[in-house]
Amino acid sequence: MENYDFFPLGDSGVMVKLGQAIDRLTHEKVRTLADYLEESPFYGMVEYVPAFTTVTVYYDPVLLSDPASPQSPYERVCALLQKILAQVTERPSADSRIVEIPVCYGGELGPDLEAVADYHQLSVEEVIRLHTAPDYLVHMIGFAPGFPYLGGLDERIATPRRGTPRLRIEAGSVGIGGSQTGVYPIESPGGWQLIGKTPLRLFRPEHEPPTLLQAGDTVRFRAITREEFDRWQEVAR
Amino acid sequence: MSIEVIKPGMNTTIQDLGRNGFQKYGIIVGGAMDTLALRLANYLVGNDEGAAGMEITLKGPRLLFHEEMLIAICGGDLSPEINGEPVALNRPVWVRKGSMLQFGYARKGCRAYLAVEGGFDVPIVLGSRDTNLRAGIGGYHGRALAEGDIIQRQQRKQQGNYAASRQLAEKMDYASFAAADWHISQSLFPSYTQSCIRVIPAEHFACFTAESRSAFFASEYQITPHSDRMGYRLSGAKLELTMPLELTSEAVTVGTIQVPPEGNPIVLMADRQTTGGYPKIGHVATVDLPLLAQFKPGEMVRFQEITLREAQSALLRREATMKRIKLGLQLFSGRGERG
Repeated sequence: MENYDFFPLGDSGVMVKLGQAIDRLTHEKVRTLADYLEESPFYGMVEYVPAFTTVTVYYDPVLLSDPASPQSPYERVCALLQKILAQVTERPSADSRIVEIPVCYGGELGPDLEAVADYHQLSVEEVIRLHTAPDYLVHMIGFAPGFPYLGGLDERIATPRRGTPRLRIEAGSVGIGGSQTGVYPIESPGGWQLIGKTPLRLFRPEHEPPTLLQAGDTVRFRAITREEFDRWQEVAR
Repeated sequence: MSIEVIKPGMNTTIQDLGRNGFQKYGIIVGGAMDTLALRLANYLVGNDEGAAGMEITLKGPRLLFHEEMLIAICGGDLSPEINGEPVALNRPVWVRKGSMLQFGYARKGCRAYLAVEGGFDVPIVLGSRDTNLRAGIGGYHGRALAEGDIIQRQQRKQQGNYAASRQLAEKMDYASFAAADWHISQSLFPSYTQSCIRVIPAEHFACFTAESRSAFFASEYQITPHSDRMGYRLSGAKLELTMPLELTSEAVTVGTIQVPPEGNPIVLMADRQTTGGYPKIGHVATVDLPLLAQFKPGEMVRFQEITLREAQSALLRREATMKRIKLGLQLFSGRGERG
């Protein structure tokens, strides 16, 4: 791969910038480097974090120091990454995992659904249809354990955040915030418009991997009834 | 039985050196705020440096020992006492069964670390014993310690090979505890009264106005009360960009100093999120993070510019010192074994 920049993230990390905009091409570059590092971590590497346009690699400066070399640990890491980037070529992500997320829309599980519909002068059914139609791309995971930054929300239902954030949003709540949509994996405060809730657990520390979603996955939302939601929850218990 | 929490203190948690390898899933690293103090405390009781210890913040707990054991307290001086008698820091201490360890006011620093021989025995979750309060995992049932909690201790792999235990037990006589008459010299480490923290300018440093850039290094910032394990919110000279930046979320790390639109910087600490989207003006040098972790809300901090190369050299020197201390203690322990 070509056209990248390195930025130090403090003295134990380096950020590889692989593009400028949030798009599929940049995402594929990010995924290619992340996949390589997952399969072939180098000596001294601690972990890596893929994001919209970057892959950040954390390293141990002690393991990467060499008193005999004039190079600093940072310079050594950059040289290693340069070699890696010269080897890999981005491939189209044909193998994206598809994860279906059942959502019970509206009612007490989605208290802002009607407000979202009113805001756009749409019917509630239309909002649900527009939210369940696209294939969403998980660009990255961040903010909370297993929280997906999804690309692909229909602009017709993009809705500003609530004026007053809620202090407590339950895990599983599905929301819209600006032109983003997502699912809260753990209970947290937040300002997104809540349109529904999924019975699935997005953060499950006893599993390997510990989150339902990973960067690169494709997400589809499917509308379920309140009865189905309750049944799911019973099964989960 | 091991140690019982009689009073929990303000925010007492089980911590190790953090949960690495899961940031790609949005799972934070966490770990001790002052990793240096936890590592030293572990060395002093013969543990691996990453064994689980107790992080004690400002207002400490009262702890009852249900068995005799070797402990060490490092980091901030929160006036620890055993059965009413002061206990010195930075040395092994042999504690008799039935003794009460209590912490008082924060004389110096903000966080003390208690290590026990063998380490605290809490389940390993995702590779670590660290308490992740927000996700409710790790540590003692995923939460801060509460009254009545009983924390078990792991048995040391090789029983009784740590000479300090035996020597101190012999010395103890009828007292409730015996502290070693030697300690790790404070001169090897940053003084917790130092107010200058070294910072490497970050990617967006040049995007701030010239006045902001010079004010950042020239003025003092106060640690506000809204400061915790996630981050230190500072108040002082406001920092302004020359023009708005369009940033997408990307990784942030411990020590990242980010500047939200209102202009007051935030230093991200151990429980920071994995990613963020605010402009970054600098990164605290890793070598100074333990020092920063000991600042109390209300105190003033000053930043001093350091290059990446200097920061890494300082870290390597620090780690060489740590290695010497570790080896020294091992030799001491081994000599006791033969003698």
